[in-house]
This record gives sequence, structure tokens and C-alpha cells, in this order.
Amino acid sequence: MNTVIQLCLEFFLTGLFAIGGGMATLPFLYDIGARTGWYTNEDVLQMLAVSESTPGPIGVNMSTYVGFTVMFASYGIWGAIAGGILTTLSLVLPSLIIVLIVARVLDKFKNAAIVQSVFTAIRPASLALIVAAGLGIMASTLLCIPDGFTLSAVSDVQSFTGLFNFKGIILAAVLFFGMRFFKKLHPIVFIVISAVVGIIFSM
Amino acid sequence: MKELLMLFVSFAKIGAFTFGGGYAMLPMLQKELVERRKWTSEDEIMDYFAIGQCTPGVIAVNTATLIGYKRKGVLGGIFATLGVIFPSMVIITVIAACLRNFAEYEAVKHAFGGIRVCVCVLIVNAVIKLGKKSLPNLLSVGIFSVVLLLALWGKIQTAFLVLLAGAFGVILHFLSKKRKNKVSEPETEKKEELAE
Repeated sequence: MNTVIQLCLEFFLTGLFAIGGGMATLPFLYDIGARTGWYTNEDVLQMLAVSESTPGPIGVNMSTYVGFTVMFASYGIWGAIAGGILTTLSLVLPSLIIVLIVARVLDKFKNAAIVQSVFTAIRPASLALIVAAGLGIMASTLLCIPDGFTLSAVSDVQSFTGLFNFKGIILAAVLFFGMRFFKKLHPIVFIVISAVVGIIFSM
Repeated sequence: MKELLMLFVSFAKIGAFTFGGGYAMLPMLQKELVERRKWTSEDEIMDYFAIGQCTPGVIAVNTATLIGYKRKGVLGGIFATLGVIFPSMVIITVIAACLRNFAEYEAVKHAFGGIRVCVCVLIVNAVIKLGKKSLPNLLSVGIFSVVLLLALWGKIQTAFLVLLAGAFGVILHFLSKKRKNKVSEPETEKKEELAE
């Protein structure tokens, strides 16, 4: 039982202090593993690989995985399932509380001029962060630069043609125009089609 | 109750098809919540995203809580949050129980290779749509450029960048107030335009 309480507490604290999205939970996960001996650094990498190739927010996937793994060792399959659920709920509980408070306060002061000016400045900043993240994903998907745009990463690439992932670029172009042509279709449809195309053409 | 369930289902759908982290969720939010359900506007989604980034925890979860709260209060926030984490819990539990080397299967790798390309295009489309609304004037283009450069090469935490932009907004607010009290009319109008 002690493990359960400690597990919930660790992930509650992670959810409370990891600011800036799922990837921000990684250092916390390493730290928990090192302190408790529940899992190794290699385990974290394997869990990250699974979390990244399955749908859902990465931080949520990771915590379900860790909760399952830790509890499986001593409580069997049902304990593990409960562990995954409890860990994930512990992770989101602090943000749920904080975000609800923030939402309440914002509702009250929504029309205050100062709040309006803050959001006028934050909106373009938020867009910039999305563009930065998008460029990062594009660098590792359409180009063969896994770690973002740095000069050394570009010069490491052997040949000019080796820089481009041609299959990816062709699929991206087809999708880009496809989405304009079939405007009514849900993004889910395009995601499923891309997965099938990926398997057929070994992307 | 029906609307709470709808919140749960909508966010479960978004959670089930968000690949590659919180940012990839944006196009899904836009389609599902703005275009289909008409629950919120594009401007508001940008605000929620910004708040989601500087509050603790997972961005996608925080955004879900905010939108749920806006629709149906505290209970709405809870249902939306549970919805967005539900598919992850099911899928990861199944994989952890039966398919430990899931990520190493060739088919999974290739499928994910295709999905990543799709996510790129979806993000580009979302940015094109949101860019028109989020960058109405020179000042906002300036903020956008500075934050983009800092985010790409500055090695600064994203949450801090959002807070920095917010602080800049506060300064602008007080500057425009001061000007309004002192300076001649055309100047005031210009500042007001910026603050809008």
C-alpha cells in the first residue's frame, strides 16, 4: 500500500511543478526512477518511445505507463491497471485545480482593460511557440535533422539530397492540397490515411 | 448531463488522435470545437493555449480543462479533462500489458512516420488560419518574431516566454494609459489601436 501512496504523491508533485508541457515531466521521471529504483533510465527511454508513437498527450501516456509498470511488479495485472489510472489522475489533479482557479479569476476580470492588453501580447507569443514546435517537428520529419535547426546538425548531413526525406515531402504536398480540396473531412481521416500510406511505402 | 457527456466524448476523440504532443492537438481543437461544435472561437483557443503553457502540467490537459470550464463550469472542466486522458489510459494499459515492444514493430514505425507528416501539414494549416487572427498589426508581428527567435535559439523555457509576453502586455497597458492622459489626440488613437 505504501507504494501506491508514494506513487500518487510523486506524480502529484510532478504535475504541480512540471511547467511547459509533457516533455517537461521527463526530468522528474528520471529523478523518481533514480530515487526509488522503480525503473531504470533505459526503461524511461522505452516508455518514451511508446508514448510518442501512441496517441494522447506524452505526459499522460508516460505516467500511465510508469504507474502500470511499478504496480505490476508487486500487485499483478489488476493492481497494475489501477496503478496506471491512479498515477495519471494524480498527475492531472494539481493542474486541474490550478487551471480551474485561473479560469475563475479570468472570468471575473475578463473585461478589464489590463487583462485585454495582456492577451493582446500573449496571443502572438503563443502562435510563435506553436510555429517553433511545428518547425522542430518538420525538421525531423520532412528533413533529416533530428535535433532542430542548428548549423552543426545541417553540416553533419552527408550529401545535399540526404537532407530531404522525399517520401515525406511528397506525402505532405498531397495532404496539403487534399485538405484544401476536401475541406469538410475531419483531420482524423487524414491521420488514418497517412498511417496506411506510411505502412505501404515504409516511411 | 447530456452536454457533460458530449464534452467527455469530444475530448476523448481529440485525445485519441493527438499524436506527438500538445501542439499537435491544436488542429484537432480547431476542427472539433470551433468549426464543428462552435463551442469557442479561434482567438479564445489561442488564449487557452497560452494559459495552458504557463500553468503547471500537460498543455493538452490544461487546455481541455479551460474549455470544459467555459462550457459547463467546474464539472465541465472535470469531464473534459477525464475525456482527454481516457484514450491514453486505455491504449497505454493495453500496450504495457501485452505489447511491451510496441514501438519496435516495423509497421508501427512506418505508420507513425506517415502520421508525423500529416501532423506537420495539420500544424501548418492551423498556423495559417490562426496567423491571420493573432497578428493584426505591426506590434503583434514584432512580438511574434521576437518570441519565435527566442523559442528556436534562446534555450528559454516556453512557460517563461509566455509570462514575458504577458508582462510586456502589462507595460504596454500602462504606457498607453499615461499617453492618453498627456499627449495630443492622434497619438492616443494610435496607441488605442495597438491595445485593441
